[in-house]
Amino acid sequence: MSDAPLLSIDGAERVFGGGRTLFGRTRPGVHAVQDVSIDVRRGETLGVVGESGCGKSTLARLIVGLDAPTGGRIVFDGRDLVAEAGRDLRRLAREVQYVFQDPVASLNPRKTIRTILEAPLIHLLGLDRKARAGRLAELMEAVNLAPEFLDRYPHEFSGGQAQRIGIARALAADPKLIVLDEPVSALDVSVQAQVLNILDDLKQRFGLTYVFISHDLSVVESVSDRVAVMYFGRIVEIGPVRTVFGAPRHPYTHLLLQSAPAPGRRSLVSEDANTELPDPYNPPPGCAFHARCPRGTDLCKERQPVLESAPGEDGHKAACFHPHAGREAGKGEHVGQG
Amino acid sequence: MAEASTAPAPAVRPAKHRSSRPDSLRLLFNNKLATAGLLVFALIVVTALLAPVLPLPDPDVTAPADRLMRPLSEGHLLGTDALGRDILSRLVWGSRVSLAVGVSATLIAAFFGSLIGLVAGYAGGRVDTLLMRGIDMVMAFPYILLALAIVAVLGPGLLNALYAIAVVNIPFFARNIRGIALGLSRREFVDAARLSGKSHAQILFIEVLPNVLPVIIITMSTTVGWMILETAGLSFLGLGAQPPQADLGSMLGDGRKILFTAPHVSIIPGVMIFILVMSINLLGDGVRDVLDPRLKSGALTRPVARTAVERRQVPEGATPAPGAVLDVQGLRTEFHIGSQVFRAVGGVDMRIGKGECLGIVGESGSGKSVAAMSIMGLVPTPPGRITGGVALFDGEDLFSVSDERVRQLRGLAVSHVFQDPLSTLHPLFTVGEQLVEAIEAHQPLSRSQAREKAAELLSLVRIPNPVERLKAYPHELSGGMRQRVCIAMALAGEARVIIADEPTTALDVTVQAQVLSLLDTLRKERNAGILFITHDFGVVSAICDRVAVMYAGQFVETGETGEILRAPAHPYTAKLIDCVPVLGEPDRRLDAIEGRPPVVNDLPVGCAFAARCPRAEDDCRAGPIALTEFAPGRQVRCIHPLIGETQNV
Ligand SMILES: Nc1ncnc2c1ncn2[C@@H]1O[C@H](COP(=O)(O)OP(=O)(O)OP(=O)(O)O)[C@@H](O)[C@H]1O
Ligand code: SF4
Ligand code: SF4
Ligand SMILES: [Mg+2]
Repeated sequence: MSDAPLLSIDGAERVFGGGRTLFGRTRPGVHAVQDVSIDVRRGETLGVVGESGCGKSTLARLIVGLDAPTGGRIVFDGRDLVAEAGRDLRRLAREVQYVFQDPVASLNPRKTIRTILEAPLIHLLGLDRKARAGRLAELMEAVNLAPEFLDRYPHEFSGGQAQRIGIARALAADPKLIVLDEPVSALDVSVQAQVLNILDDLKQRFGLTYVFISHDLSVVESVSDRVAVMYFGRIVEIGPVRTVFGAPRHPYTHLLLQSAPAPGRRSLVSEDANTELPDPYNPPPGCAFHARCPRGTDLCKERQPVLESAPGEDGHKAACFHPHAGREAGKGEHVGQG
Repeated sequence: MAEASTAPAPAVRPAKHRSSRPDSLRLLFNNKLATAGLLVFALIVVTALLAPVLPLPDPDVTAPADRLMRPLSEGHLLGTDALGRDILSRLVWGSRVSLAVGVSATLIAAFFGSLIGLVAGYAGGRVDTLLMRGIDMVMAFPYILLALAIVAVLGPGLLNALYAIAVVNIPFFARNIRGIALGLSRREFVDAARLSGKSHAQILFIEVLPNVLPVIIITMSTTVGWMILETAGLSFLGLGAQPPQADLGSMLGDGRKILFTAPHVSIIPGVMIFILVMSINLLGDGVRDVLDPRLKSGALTRPVARTAVERRQVPEGATPAPGAVLDVQGLRTEFHIGSQVFRAVGGVDMRIGKGECLGIVGESGSGKSVAAMSIMGLVPTPPGRITGGVALFDGEDLFSVSDERVRQLRGLAVSHVFQDPLSTLHPLFTVGEQLVEAIEAHQPLSRSQAREKAAELLSLVRIPNPVERLKAYPHELSGGMRQRVCIAMALAGEARVIIADEPTTALDVTVQAQVLSLLDTLRKERNAGILFITHDFGVVSAICDRVAVMYAGQFVETGETGEILRAPAHPYTAKLIDCVPVLGEPDRRLDAIEGRPPVVNDLPVGCAFAARCPRAEDDCRAGPIALTEFAPGRQVRCIHPLIGETQNV
């Protein structure tokens, strides 16, 4: 294993809309992803958490080449991912794959599972009929589904089974990196555990690297090595999952952890109803969290905080002028009382 | 089978049993008008096709001696026209021409229109703008004027008329198909196909087209009648079929000059056009209804406004438990689909006191929502029906009161908050209008009083600046705000019981925390009882006093929330708690529950959980297991419960 990161995102930005109209007026743009820099190491699972609309899915689509950033660089395994995806998505798709949030919607209702799973084998790997049959059997075995299912249609499957088919499709081309966008949020709790266990097993067996996006903090905590917390298109905190969740530095991470329900936790801390997300067309000049932040000052209103390491903690960074203290202050804060 | 978490899940489930789902043809024949249309149309088509072999005189041979014979004359069943040609023969041959032109024009318009629509919808952006502006330009001309202009340029003739009609109809197809293609192209399976290495053309024609095909067919079947009419129009004006060739339009045109002396010459082709177009349109509507997926769920009739109650035995003199606002006893709800009976709820007791919150937890499909919706008769009939139990609200049995009374009580006594606020709120009305309507439904207030009350409700659910917010449309609010509005609507009638069906599942954690604490405050302030449905034990802990765990339509364990979490007695409860990751315990092993819940049309005689239960023994499968009280306030439906053993959670 080399030390160079498998995926390196440097200052990525994605603006929707914007540009000029026919008559030269500038159109308002939405910064869905702004100044995001992350390295993903070989073999790790990087969790990404944040609330809806914070840019998680947009980031995921940039990584698999389904969308192109409007700024910044993305390097995969030493190659310029953006340029490559623009030329031909197939080469990238052999190495970077995606698992979708809604397992049923990601399967074409009018195709059998066999047709769906064969597509990457034909178009990405160019396998012949015999090789395909062998690979299909392997894939079904890997996600623990009976081979009879191959000739059925998607609507005949439960959510958990459909998601396993989605995972099998992502695995088909034998990729190095899989981006999982909320892979279990559409599933029942009992099924969620099956899928999480299968993902873990596949990662060990095939030496995969995962980017795991979810809004469920406990799921992210249980699967990730490191975690990035996103707010309003930016990364506000990143670090090893135990440090970030055990001793959060950014006030937003704090709020998330306090709001999360846990069995046995009686009361949830909730903020005032008055706290709305900032207007994406008219973002505040300073820290986007200011309107909701109990620690905010005038400085935060004027300037954009940058992602900085805590003293003595190299891997743990937060973008905040007045972060919570490290270890001791956060200890045990988010653990339920039950 | 789709694992739908919404209430009518059992209605979706039996998709596997092909035989129980009415197939397309049966559905079509179920529609009497469409069947009549089909028969008439088939008759016309067969006659037109057989024209060359039928014993008919040559339609174009003139016989001045026999001109303008009346119908039923010797040798000319429908008479003759001004040139002495046999009208019956001309009618059959003319229908043949009109049909051929109408159908070809439809095919051409469908082909090009769909192609434009598909490409525009799939490509989006500039291509879409360019193509659709072009289409708009075509549509900006009055329809028939454009057709006339095209024929004027190309010169009169049947073929040119055909082109004109086709061109004029392209926009109609393009617009319809573009809308569908646009929606489909944003679907995840299209992205998935790209990542499987398919090219854009492959995706468009292999992935998207098959999903658009039903819409193309619907559009074709509903336009072919119009096209025939338009062809007739052009021919009538002398721009289509040229003499001596007959088509229905030119026959009509020929008869125009002698309308008063020999009306039959024009009336006969007129009636024919009417019959033909009518039969096609009836058939087309039938085809549309069959292919429309919303009608395909197996229900051949519209659901009624209240769930049918067909109790096998009506319990005599059931009395509510002391202190309970709502006391549901022995509720059974079934879905009858084809020959199958799905026992979605199989005998459930729910008791809610003032200011109390009862949680129902369970996997999707376990019957939580159906149980909750049965109370106010919100389960669609057909296929649902309540077959047992009572629901006592203040001592009044909700299952035996009149429809009118149920309508009154909905919202006033018991109100619902659903998972998806957008499905409750109408997108085209402001929040204020909808709230006012909900208030006026229950109280005789003036407009301004109702508005005042609406603002009060919004501030009650902690929406800042309520008077301004009344003017907002649902889409202008965030998800959390919308859910608050739904809660406000549920409170509009001063409901004493709120049934909240996964009200926070679609929300972010921070917003979820707000909505939960809002509900918690409301029940204390207003003393309202809450029936809270969820699949998340964390959420249960935050708000529910007592929990009932549901499995395959029955409660398998009930008790006080803290106690159940601390020491679950039913093996299913224990597994359900163990399979979710808990924040702060990343190393905890996730213990998945193997297998799947039984389908409720084929429940085992014994314990429904036996197939997945690690503690199952032979006696578990022998017969039904009763819900028994094993400690004060705690019940379990298991004969080998976990109680008394140490829990390693
Ligand atoms: N095609 C688009 N055009 C315009 N704005 C967009 C588009 N796609 C996303 N956005 C905006 O970008 C922001 C981030 O969206 P994104 O879908 O990445 O959020 P998310 O964190 O994945 O949310 P969720 O958890 O709901 O899926 C949002 O403000 C969204 O409205
Ligand atoms: S920078 Fe200021 S406003 Fe932003 S999170 Fe930190 S303390 Fe709060
Ligand atoms: S009754 Fe038997 S099968 Fe059913 S839950 Fe109890 S131990 Fe398991
Ligand atoms: Mg998303």
